[in-house]
Amino acid sequence: MSNTFKIRKGLDINLLGEAEKTISEIPSKLCAIKPPDFHGVFPKVLVKEGDEVKAGSPLFYDKYRENIIFTSPVSGKVREVRRGAKRVLLEVSVEAAAEQEYVDFGSADPNGLDKAAVTEKLLNSGVWPFIRQRPYSIIAKPEDDPKSIMISAFDSAPLAPDYDLIVQGQAEVFQTGIDALRKLCSGKLYLNVSGKAGVSSVFLDAKGVEINTFSGPHPAGNVGTQINRISPLNRGEIIWYLRPQDVLSIGRLFREGKFDASRTIAVCGSELKRPHYYRTMLGTSITEMINDNVKEGKVRYISGNVLTGTQIGKTGFVGFYDSQLTVIPEGDYYEFVGWALPGLKKFSFYYTFLSWMMPGKKYRLDTNFHGGERAFVLTGKFEQVFPFNIYPMQLIKAIMIEDIDRMENLGIYEVDEEDFALCEFISTSKINIQKIVRDGLNLMIKEMS
Amino acid sequence: MKALRNFLDKIKPQFEKGGKFAKLQSTFEAFETFLYVPNRVTLTGSHIRDANDLKRTMALVVLAMIPALLFGMWNVGYQHFLSTAAETGDIWQNFWFGCIRVFPIIVVSYVVGLGTEFVFAQIRGHEVNEGFLVSGMLIPLVMPPDVPLWMVAVATVFAVIFGKEVFGGTGMNILNPALTARAFLFFAYPKNMSGDQVWIAGQGDAVSGATPLGDALASTTTPGSSLTLPDTMDMFYGFMPGSIGETSTLAILIGAVILLFTGMASWRIMLSVFVGGLLMGYIFNWVGANAYMEISPWDHMVMGGFAFGAVFMATDPVTATQSTKGKYIYGFLIGFFAILVRVFNPAYPEGMMLAILLMNVFAPLIDHYVIQANVKKRRKRWAAAQVAA
Repeated sequence: MSNTFKIRKGLDINLLGEAEKTISEIPSKLCAIKPPDFHGVFPKVLVKEGDEVKAGSPLFYDKYRENIIFTSPVSGKVREVRRGAKRVLLEVSVEAAAEQEYVDFGSADPNGLDKAAVTEKLLNSGVWPFIRQRPYSIIAKPEDDPKSIMISAFDSAPLAPDYDLIVQGQAEVFQTGIDALRKLCSGKLYLNVSGKAGVSSVFLDAKGVEINTFSGPHPAGNVGTQINRISPLNRGEIIWYLRPQDVLSIGRLFREGKFDASRTIAVCGSELKRPHYYRTMLGTSITEMINDNVKEGKVRYISGNVLTGTQIGKTGFVGFYDSQLTVIPEGDYYEFVGWALPGLKKFSFYYTFLSWMMPGKKYRLDTNFHGGERAFVLTGKFEQVFPFNIYPMQLIKAIMIEDIDRMENLGIYEVDEEDFALCEFISTSKINIQKIVRDGLNLMIKEMS
Repeated sequence: MKALRNFLDKIKPQFEKGGKFAKLQSTFEAFETFLYVPNRVTLTGSHIRDANDLKRTMALVVLAMIPALLFGMWNVGYQHFLSTAAETGDIWQNFWFGCIRVFPIIVVSYVVGLGTEFVFAQIRGHEVNEGFLVSGMLIPLVMPPDVPLWMVAVATVFAVIFGKEVFGGTGMNILNPALTARAFLFFAYPKNMSGDQVWIAGQGDAVSGATPLGDALASTTTPGSSLTLPDTMDMFYGFMPGSIGETSTLAILIGAVILLFTGMASWRIMLSVFVGGLLMGYIFNWVGANAYMEISPWDHMVMGGFAFGAVFMATDPVTATQSTKGKYIYGFLIGFFAILVRVFNPAYPEGMMLAILLMNVFAPLIDHYVIQANVKKRRKRWAAAQVAA
């Protein structure tokens, strides 16, 4: 059975610097796993600087869920265990050796294993953290039996990586990953593909999944949107979700018995000389990818997309769940009566700048805030970019006053911060909505546990 | 421009905490951000932000009011010369006369209102909100041309403090500040806000100065009088006495087009106000107990402040309902009540102001029920899922 869902509400932000569809190989020399990528994890380090590790050796684990471990994507020497204020663990970086050695987890056909065996393999190898759950967008709990598992096979965010390109030629590995996931859940496994032409046969020919098609503007590719259309979350229910490259890692674990953390990353954004894809490692340092590839001027490096990504420095690392590095100009300049200019180069969801006369134009947007923070004034606008049957502003306000009952009633279980990214983008009152929503989710985790 | 920026950067420290003029920080900030969009960059969440901010939003709404203002200025002069049969003015004389009458009202409204806002922003340690940019223009447009300036000042202070700041400022208020100002004057100084002496600036004796609404009302209260309204198209273009910006439905509709195109006002509210008003008009037509009830519903749309209220007042996002469904209900009831009050209540010739203020008060209640319906639906889904499991 396959359904087609048309998403009508949303917004595509056309940016300059889309990644050209060619892939360069870059052997990763330095990789890091960053605990702040994982919500609700309290990391306990297992290695010291200078320790030798193999690909798949544990680096740290979650203090409150000891079976969730995070392993090294490469073999080599632990370079740094970096901590921030109050000794919060920020990253564990590993310098890759020339010869890669892997911890052997033993290959196996997932079809011949039961749920416990599959789970154990995923946990031991450090592949498990790829599986996240809604509500809350935290790492899934191995003991749960989720209602279903969702894989969004495309990303609709600005300059998003093209997964059809990334998975090319890996049909068997992908299928093995799917087979393993099927053991984890008694419910259905959904694979949601884009309504645009050119969907890879790797996705379309996958077996044991229900394939649904989503078309329309961003956030059609967000798993939150897809869950909402296919089977909205009720209180107490859990859905697990992953991205296609995570499924590939699972597939390779079962086929080759090793934690193969290779990742294809779209390096994109208006400030790159040649935006294109790199095949490299999970959590790779970005220095090699941006070497001689970035234009003059002050820029911001973002792991992920411009709406939901994380700011990382010039020497930062790509995040655990990201397949994209975006480079855009910083916006720390004053603009003389900027609010009153015609604005041919300004992008706006509203038709208040003359740029509306140029639909389809691609923009070079910077990080300027474009105004000051204000109370909510306009109404009915969030609803135009928020394809949920949820009242976004009312939910945000409920979170701000920490009214748990109201948050529940207004649908907090069905959303996470990335679903509100467009609301935050278009907010004329310049309110940091994603942070509010995350705080709300963290509060719910605390209250519900 | 570099010199200006350098100058601002130089004097900025004096306005910051501990500086010589720290008490004027909000004021400085307001002027600085007016001149320059700040260099602030995103720190959390989305790295890029929409270029549209509240300043642009409010400026757009003010822009949408300009046609009504310009026509209003002309009409003030036109009505003046019409009432003094001795002189007649050409278009520029009309406009100039009106300009001299109206401009001081605008200046008083902005200076007094923004002054109050600046004081409150400083006390609260906030940035100055742009909300008053719109209120400051709305207030002159709903005043009779003959209103004394001190009244405008008093009403503006009252509206800003009791209409807005006591609730927490822009975005928090329950009542539309501009209408609060008008209602305040209406009840405090009824002689200067209604009757047949205030609607024409420097009125001569040649004509009665009553608005068509006043005439219509008189027809129901004065026995033996008959009702003759101006031509519908004349009223549509706005050639009649009335509040400064309210007379020309055409100019208001130009504003409506700007608001709707830029997405700054809700078409749902505007549309449903007119639907509600027309429906009530037709109901009265059907009853037809007196001459007033028999006025064509379309005439109601172009008389008095109906169109102005529908386009600029009812759509104020802060005081209107916030939910999509609620907007239909809210708008419909405004239109409905506006005509009801007009026809039935002899004390209030203009029902629009009261209808909007009334629905401002009820807006949160409407939203509550709409949102409760959403909650119920969600809980029902939860219950069904639990049964299935």
